[in-house]
Amino acid sequence: MKKNLGILMLFVVVFMITAWQNPNFINAYNLQNLIQRASLYGIIGIGVSFVIITGGIDLSIGSMIGLVGATLPFLIVTKEYPLAVGLGVVIGLSLLIGLAHGLLITKLNLQPFVVTLCGLLIYRGCARWLTGDAVQGFGSGFKGIKQLAIGKIPLGELPVVGKFALPIPFLLFVGLAVVAAIFLNKTIYGRYMLALGRNEQAARYSGINTHAMTILAYVICSAIAGFGAMLFAFDVNSIQPDNFGNFYELYAIAAAVLGGCSLRGGEGSIFGVMIGAAILPLLRNSINLLGLPTTLEFAIIGFVILAGVIVDELVKRYAAKRRRIAASQMADA
Amino acid sequence: MSDSSPEPLLLEVRNVTKRFPGVIALNKVSLRLGRGEVLSVIGENGAGKSTLMKILAGVQEPDSGDIAIDGNSEPIDSVQRAFDVGIALIHQELNLSDNLSVGANIFLGREPRKAGLIDSKAIRREAQAVLDRVGLKVSPRTLVRDLPIGQQQLVEIARALSVKARILIMDEPTSSLSTGEATKLFEVIKDLRSNGVSVIYISHRLGEVAELSNRVTVLRDGENAGEIPREEISHDRMVKLMVGRDISEFYDRKQHASGDETLTVENVVTVENPKEKVSFSVRAGEIVGISGLVGAGRTELLQAIFGVTPPLSGSIRIDGSAVQLKTPKDAIRHGLALVPEDRKLQGLVLEMAVQQNIGLAGLKRHKKRFGFLNSVREVADTTEMIGKLRIKTPTAQQVVQYLSGGNQQKVVLGKWLALKPKVLLLDEPTRGIDIGAKQEIYRLMEELAGEGVSVLFVSSEMEEIIGMSDRVLVMHEGRLTGELQRDELSEEAVMQLATGNVKTEAGAAS
Repeated sequence: MKKNLGILMLFVVVFMITAWQNPNFINAYNLQNLIQRASLYGIIGIGVSFVIITGGIDLSIGSMIGLVGATLPFLIVTKEYPLAVGLGVVIGLSLLIGLAHGLLITKLNLQPFVVTLCGLLIYRGCARWLTGDAVQGFGSGFKGIKQLAIGKIPLGELPVVGKFALPIPFLLFVGLAVVAAIFLNKTIYGRYMLALGRNEQAARYSGINTHAMTILAYVICSAIAGFGAMLFAFDVNSIQPDNFGNFYELYAIAAAVLGGCSLRGGEGSIFGVMIGAAILPLLRNSINLLGLPTTLEFAIIGFVILAGVIVDELVKRYAAKRRRIAASQMADA
Repeated sequence: MSDSSPEPLLLEVRNVTKRFPGVIALNKVSLRLGRGEVLSVIGENGAGKSTLMKILAGVQEPDSGDIAIDGNSEPIDSVQRAFDVGIALIHQELNLSDNLSVGANIFLGREPRKAGLIDSKAIRREAQAVLDRVGLKVSPRTLVRDLPIGQQQLVEIARALSVKARILIMDEPTSSLSTGEATKLFEVIKDLRSNGVSVIYISHRLGEVAELSNRVTVLRDGENAGEIPREEISHDRMVKLMVGRDISEFYDRKQHASGDETLTVENVVTVENPKEKVSFSVRAGEIVGISGLVGAGRTELLQAIFGVTPPLSGSIRIDGSAVQLKTPKDAIRHGLALVPEDRKLQGLVLEMAVQQNIGLAGLKRHKKRFGFLNSVREVADTTEMIGKLRIKTPTAQQVVQYLSGGNQQKVVLGKWLALKPKVLLLDEPTRGIDIGAKQEIYRLMEELAGEGVSVLFVSSEMEEIIGMSDRVLVMHEGRLTGELQRDELSEEAVMQLATGNVKTEAGAAS
């Protein structure tokens, strides 16, 4: 918790400023939207953080979301297969993609950046070819399963914000985060990933099957990205194969990095990633509501992330210095 | 060079102190060096030699004390400054870019230029001149990676000479050289000496120290332990000053009734030395040392046994039954443990806490249902190991990188001892740790042997090999050249085998 204090502060500051400058920010409608977006991005952020913790990267998430998001309606609407078949295919596809990444990276010793960069191109191409580049959608059907992405649970009249309903994706996001945090911190597999992300050799010398753990991380990442793709697809209901999910890998990676994951591996907390994921949609929302030019959106987000990691690095150095001083004082005693 | 000359000394180090977290590396150390003198600095690992040399070369700054060149105090606060006053450090691990040519390496970072571009002609001409001075007959255009290691070292010396170095610091220069290459190097050193270049020579090989030195300075536990003038240099004198006590007391070995064979290695062929078959065995309660020069294939042998780089062929038996050890995981399951040579790279996850490191290898063995961590067990093991190994750490949650080398090594040992191994493999177990921790590791090896554990250790320190082993296996260029029993052990006997003279009596490996 202490480690994520900086990012939490950033979140609170941006939130307060926006709320103070524009009262519309804290009305129920806006907050519900914000929470829903943040939850969807947060879900894929949690997935990629497993890969980042093992010292890898996944650049293919956006394209994968495009492929899965287009394949699902293509199968169950355009081709009229049953929903179960469609879900089965996209779940299988997601797992297979993760497995392929993991195998190429461990068994062939290819670099994660290269493998997933190729994935980025391949999955996008496949999505466009499969659908003939035609817009896919679920129309007005599938109301039940759509609730996963767009459903809300009414909470009644709340102080300040008014009549509020909690988006269901938020519950999915929190549920996933809890499971992920338990996996990472309370099981030997989470510990293995943290250890091999820091020092793969030492992990291997300690009898850890580092290949299996790396593959598992990529499978988890792709599986969660596939789940996220389904939610994103149900949310927008109109999927353009050529750009659906574009840049999402970068949002996911940014969320993980803001949340304290080091791209060098071995570091990261799920709670941090949750806040990191919430910051991006918050910033976009704030830029809108504060009347800043939307053309500056990317630049502002970029600067905020940069500032976040700079502050984080400075804090880390300060802490390391203090610890070193403490250690040398102990030696003298 | 005698001390009677009226001019000031070339180099004088006065009362230099340097602290690191958890350890005082140098405590008021002094040193004098005259012109055209070869001064050997000796001491055990952790005595402070490397730190002192890094300070002289401007890599590290002292906390207090001063350094005088030609009688003038000179703060050497950067590598550039060290160059400017004429000091060059020749590293144990060579600092060459092996993808570049000999000439390019000699002038790396200060290439002569013509119209803004590198003047290759000038490089070749001037490189040739310094190469001649060290007697290296290769073209400056040769790629460094195409040279044998001994010649690469001469390239480093040539580079030092080309920056007009007056003081050459050589850190274990012969550790990876063959006997022939070493002899050649000695000639170059003697030649430089007669041309007025001074050399600070660091080595564990007391024979070569005796041959080369005008004077010997001994460090022990980061302090000056004494100085030996040329005429008084002898092996016994040096050892006594280095160790500071009687050897037999330092290496406290008891005789154990050794039990059955626990580890049997038959015709094992490692990836690095595909032409050599290695066979030997270790009994329960036995401490077996593996000696040899750097590059003799000792580390590779241990790694092959432990499944890091599985052997190409041959068989390994544990307690008499053949096993397939394809990964460290397999080896650990069969009761093996390896304390690797590079503890920072292979032994520890430096950024993790003491507890997480000690628990790492046992996570699977003690896991609870569904793979949940057994924290209770981890805490108990850590507490036990901190006590048993006397690991000096503020808490079990201390991040390992802030511990001293000796305590880090104890954490690695703790990780394995928590698993109660049958066979403990140790690769240079006391490298870079202080003398107190060293003695504790010896005590522990002895204790484990007493409990019936088989201990197989690789060491480059002769004293340690002779002091600790019940039996010594000696390797040369990937081959087992011989085996010495405890009563046959002597530095000479080991060196004979280590340089490739195969033991001819019965019982020798072929």
